[in-house]
Amino acid sequence: MSRKFTPKVVTANDLLEGDSIWMTADGEWTRDIAKAEYLEDADHAEARLKLAESQPGKIVGAYLADAKLGENGPEPTHFREEFRVSGPSNYTSSKHGAASHV
Amino acid sequence: MYKYSDFDEKFVRERVAQFRGQVERRIDGSLTEDEFKPLRLMNGLYLQLHAYMLRVAVPYGTLSSRQMRQLAYIAQKWDKGYGHFTTRQNIQYNWPKLNDVPDMLSALADVEMHAIQTSGNTIRNVTSDQFAGAAEDEIEDPRPYAELIRQWSTDHPEFQFLPRKFKIAITGSPNDRAVVKAHDIGLRMARNDAGETGFEVIVGGGLGRTPMEGKVVREFLPKADLLPYLEAIVSVYNLLGRRDNKYKARIKITVHENGLETIRDLVEQEFTVRRAAFSGIDQEMLAEIKPAFPKPTYIQAPTDAFTTAYDADPVFRSWVDTNTVAHQNGDYAIATISLKKHGATPGDATDAQMREMADLAEAYSHDELRVSHEQNIVLPHVHKSHLPAIHARLVAADLATANVGLVSDIIACPGMDYCALATARSIPVAQEIATRFDELKLEHEIGALKIKISGCINACGHHHVGHIGILGLDRAGVENYQITLGGDGTETFAIGQRAGPGFSDTEIVPAIERLILAYLDLRENSDETFLSAYRRLGADPFKAALYPDAEKGRKHAA
Repeated sequence: MSRKFTPKVVTANDLLEGDSIWMTADGEWTRDIAKAEYLEDADHAEARLKLAESQPGKIVGAYLADAKLGENGPEPTHFREEFRVSGPSNYTSSKHGAASHV
Repeated sequence: MYKYSDFDEKFVRERVAQFRGQVERRIDGSLTEDEFKPLRLMNGLYLQLHAYMLRVAVPYGTLSSRQMRQLAYIAQKWDKGYGHFTTRQNIQYNWPKLNDVPDMLSALADVEMHAIQTSGNTIRNVTSDQFAGAAEDEIEDPRPYAELIRQWSTDHPEFQFLPRKFKIAITGSPNDRAVVKAHDIGLRMARNDAGETGFEVIVGGGLGRTPMEGKVVREFLPKADLLPYLEAIVSVYNLLGRRDNKYKARIKITVHENGLETIRDLVEQEFTVRRAAFSGIDQEMLAEIKPAFPKPTYIQAPTDAFTTAYDADPVFRSWVDTNTVAHQNGDYAIATISLKKHGATPGDATDAQMREMADLAEAYSHDELRVSHEQNIVLPHVHKSHLPAIHARLVAADLATANVGLVSDIIACPGMDYCALATARSIPVAQEIATRFDELKLEHEIGALKIKISGCINACGHHHVGHIGILGLDRAGVENYQITLGGDGTETFAIGQRAGPGFSDTEIVPAIERLILAYLDLRENSDETFLSAYRRLGADPFKAALYPDAEKGRKHAA
């Protein structure tokens, strides 16, 4: 029995910078998950993942991540994806400026 | 310290040039990611959650001040101004950009360092006792043998595609500070009945998904037979080790499934063949390596200034009592610089701190530093008269925390703050435990206690051998922390036992607090450590402290 499809976003890491990126509705990449395309249809999501995978010159390791729709757009549902959005918890407000990567 | 030969230099430079070309071809599209990934991993470059990560080998944890300064320079120029020292005595940079990595590797080559074989199914950086060459209890400095192993294992053509990664640790002391029983091969220097020194060879130890204590495969190996014997073990594993299942591919499973006797027989047969093939070149190489690890030229000076400061300054006294240990030379001490300031990330040092540690080593530690597997930095050869000046400078550099071996000296893997494999965060748990016990002002009263935290089952944080181990897992989409008790990574090795159900991220620190307060009530006196009390009493009273509600439930049921 196939599982019920849950909404997704396409995410990956930027080839040069390595940071977390999400795919927008026009097929570009953003560092703001809220601007990502919110994918509610399984076939469409697979097609968008294929499109992402066809861009090896820009990105690494594309996959579909679970998402929910928030006030400003898609938001992560799992804590791993939350950390990919927020950055490491140890230096978020420190002089190392690790949070500035997003 | 060992100096690169022309061969070493050429080899490392060639690898940098090759990798520069590989990065260029990845970016211009001539290489796919699938083609590029094994190439970048061969050079220590991972892709983690938020960025690439470059893992740099620190051979057997030994650094010169020049090398430490270069690590600082790399952190400042190409990363975010800090580096993370790891449980394998390496350093990791968390924020390199792909384009910059060839320049970073070139900068490493300038100081005889590299990132080769810090990933992949190869023999990894050999680790050792961080007090090697200085420890009072040492039979012999193990580092010449570690360097011999490094040269033998680097780019060894037979061992580039092992069933799984392979880790070797070596110690020259009976007191094991290198966790040799949790390595694929552990080497412990020993004496035979004739008084000759050699190695006890331990095989098949490991942590991870299936923790196992290493088993003695050879009680006494003459030193001259070291490389042929190692080669026999690794070649037996290379043929016998499972390649069908990643989780059963480490040598600990090979030993477990085939039995120690079978492995020993195969190794001894292979050893006979291998030894005959060694023409003596290994002993010539060892003879060339040994002079690179001389005893320091000790200074002769009075230690009165130390005694005066020790008697007068309680802060200095606390640091000396906690962070220094006896040296082979009675006028000297081994000083550990804690990278575990309360509330800070275990193992992290800023570029400025790295420079200061390098300057201190140059001025006061015969130009040497060590990285410990417990994620601290060691000044191995310090004349006692210099300790007050060192301490004053450490205070100024925010590096003078007097907590080595105490509750806040926590090993923690990078966890889900950085690592793509992690199932939960480790660093914030370590930060909160350290902060809490600093608030309670109980740290020194609690005494010797090792807490070790891993953010996934792979156990980079060595939780199985923590007196208190914490394992972070993903339970139905929520971080959950399991506690193990009674682990021990030393010569009295033990794998910790799971205490019971896990705790949420808000429950874990109060649980640890209950556990440790219970220990304070349970111990016979202040000399009985947590581990000793656990061994005397068993797990039950500690479980009762962790799960008070379950205890009540049992009483009601009865």
